[in-house]
Amino acid sequence: MRPYRGLAIIFGFYALGEFTAYALNLTIPGSVLGMLFLLGALHTGLIKLGWVEGEAELFVRNMSVMFIPPGVGIVTYLGLIKSQAVPIFVALVLSFLITLVVTAKTVEFLRREEE
Amino acid sequence: MNPLGITLTLVVFYLFSELHSRKRAFYTNPVLLSIITIAVILKWFGIPYGSYMDSAVILKFLLGPAVVSLAVPVYKGRETIKAYAREIALGVAVGGTVAILSAFYIARLLGGSEEVLLSIAPKSVTTAIAIGISEKIGGIPALTAVLVILTGIMGNAVGPELLGLIKVRDRIARGLAMGVSSHGLGTARIILDDELAGAVSGLAMALNGVFTSLLLPHLIEVLK
Repeated sequence: MRPYRGLAIIFGFYALGEFTAYALNLTIPGSVLGMLFLLGALHTGLIKLGWVEGEAELFVRNMSVMFIPPGVGIVTYLGLIKSQAVPIFVALVLSFLITLVVTAKTVEFLRREEE
Repeated sequence: MNPLGITLTLVVFYLFSELHSRKRAFYTNPVLLSIITIAVILKWFGIPYGSYMDSAVILKFLLGPAVVSLAVPVYKGRETIKAYAREIALGVAVGGTVAILSAFYIARLLGGSEEVLLSIAPKSVTTAIAIGISEKIGGIPALTAVLVILTGIMGNAVGPELLGLIKVRDRIARGLAMGVSSHGLGTARIILDDELAGAVSGLAMALNGVFTSLLLPHLIEVLK
């Protein structure tokens, strides 16, 4: 009956995150708040790693399949993508390149400074 | 609720995952291939997205607890975070901000509509968190999902080669750049070359998700 403890903790923190986001009218997704709360609970020892480790890893390992239904929703926006193909795809490629280079060079600079 | 949508999703994803385990390449990415295949099937048979989603919504719902579960790998990486705290904090803050601003402004410069700008801004963050942010700020979550996956595929396909081209050899810098620019798919690639860089990349991805979800909703108010 072990998985029920882990699942109850994970869903419980998700519910807590959603409730907090709703109650305080926050712009952070409830799931991210739930993650921060769980991280805090692990850190303070309120929740033991062993209680949630297996179940959490099952979720994280199988996350990929969960993106498919929202991704398929793209069929409803094909017209928009076609009409805005240039801004969408140029921004996507350039922004990726800029982010990769700037992050790498920033961290490399910090590391050299340390030596 | 009918069970066809979820069955179709699982079957298609299973088949492409098998293909991916045999031929590991960015163009066999099972998520992107599954999205395209299912979209084509829906169009072919004239099935409205709503009736597919009616059953596939269970999978989408599980993204919430999956994001909560990311606390476990972050907690397990706490020693690495402590050891490289300054690099990780600054790398995520600088890279995460640049990712948002560059995407937003380039798209705007080229005449992107507001819903496109809001959908593309969170594109460097792991998909589950990006979808949540997109929903919150008024973007199109489906468009965000696809843009995030395409971003990840770029990192997966050419990230380490580009870092070689600009002569970045530092392992911490390489890991951070991959995680911040191209989330899980970038991490999956760099971890094959270098385990330490991979661990840093995974942490950078999770922290960038938190950082972006804190920053972006407020930043958007200023940018708009």
